[in-house]
Amino acid sequence: MAETTATPEVTVKEKEPLFGKAEKKLLLDPLGDTNPITIQVLGICSALAVTSLVYPSVVMAIAVVFVCGFSSLFTSLVRNKIPKQVRMIVQLVIIATLVTIVELTLKRFNYPIYKQLSVYIGLIITNCIVMGRLEAYAMANRPWRAFVDGLGNGVGYGVILIIVAVIREIFGKGTLFAGSPIQINIIGASNNEVGYLINTAAESGFGSLFAGYTNNNLMVLPAAAMFIIGVLIWIQRSYRPTLVDVS
Amino acid sequence: MELFNIFIKAAFIENLVLAYFLGMCSYLAVSKTVTTAFGLGLAVIFVLGITMPINWLISELLLSENGIFGMDLTFLRFILFIAVIASMVQLVEMIVEKVSPALYTSLGIFLPLITVNCAILGGSLFMVAREYSFTESIAFGLGGGFGWFLAIIAIAAIREKIRYSNVPPALRGLGMAFILTGLMGIAFMSLMGIDPAALTAGK
Repeated sequence: MAETTATPEVTVKEKEPLFGKAEKKLLLDPLGDTNPITIQVLGICSALAVTSLVYPSVVMAIAVVFVCGFSSLFTSLVRNKIPKQVRMIVQLVIIATLVTIVELTLKRFNYPIYKQLSVYIGLIITNCIVMGRLEAYAMANRPWRAFVDGLGNGVGYGVILIIVAVIREIFGKGTLFAGSPIQINIIGASNNEVGYLINTAAESGFGSLFAGYTNNNLMVLPAAAMFIIGVLIWIQRSYRPTLVDVS
Repeated sequence: MELFNIFIKAAFIENLVLAYFLGMCSYLAVSKTVTTAFGLGLAVIFVLGITMPINWLISELLLSENGIFGMDLTFLRFILFIAVIASMVQLVEMIVEKVSPALYTSLGIFLPLITVNCAILGGSLFMVAREYSFTESIAFGLGGGFGWFLAIIAIAAIREKIRYSNVPPALRGLGMAFILTGLMGIAFMSLMGIDPAALTAGK
């Protein structure tokens, strides 16, 4: 099921542009056709539990993009020096070092988010996308391409994470970016302390159409993330019937 | 009895797969038939049960301020934990191959997969975060492994049956597996109200 996309190495003799067609494809494909979550089914483990709010999800997505990109770059740089038998350990050490950097940085600059993400930061190490891209791409390709491929896959992962988080937070809490400096209150009953864009307590106007609205508690449960991803997969495969697997 | 409570809590109430989504990749990839799911589940129980106490010893004796080196080395935690897990998996693989070739052939392919199973590393990190003692960490490891085992057997059995159902084509396979996992998660939430301490106190 976890089909990895083995992009064949293009052998071009003349000097290539730094950011040509191949790089663009590497960067954009993971957003749709080879998306790490919905198509390759990698990396679901570490992060679904953080998607109940958008802000920690964005932080998580940035962390994964960073780790994915740079671990691909470093692995690709040393790829010819790694003995085949111990390559897993070498890859894990590279990833673990980068994740430690992320963890310490967060601990220093944003302690509340560090507390909130707790063990899930450490779990980026065993995030299958990072390891999967190292095995499938970085071990066989030049550093720059590997770096772009890692970034692309990290972004493809982050996009799904943020889509899920946006849906869960709007319907589950009625807010966006809660806990961050740019919190937006979308829907709910306004009172003296908080005002919402759609005020369900309003006597008249647009907000009054939503009188009696309550937040959907299902969306706060971890299970909601599974439903949303299931539906995202459904939508994507309805548009691309070739992606359907029969098992 | 305290240990039994931790076991029950880790296996049912705070199931690693259904409450924390750990070990999702192999959970989804290896749950197509019950037999393979059974093998992987057993291997996970085994590895969790072994790595958890070892990682406890490492974090208490080597990394903590009261440890051998007398300084706070917690920043090395990730690297050491993952190294322990990788080498333990390797060791288990070699031992199983030597002792029971039959079990090795049935488990063989799944053992290396376990290194990158988030449930193993996640278990160790939870253990540190919750400050378990040595024996508690063993109970937590075995309980967590058992919970993972139950979850993968359940989803594999459901997926074997659902092949005969009329699922919309685009939802077949993966999409359905996600939704099923969500439903199972909700079902397991009904166990949340159970207080293991109250159960054992009555006896």
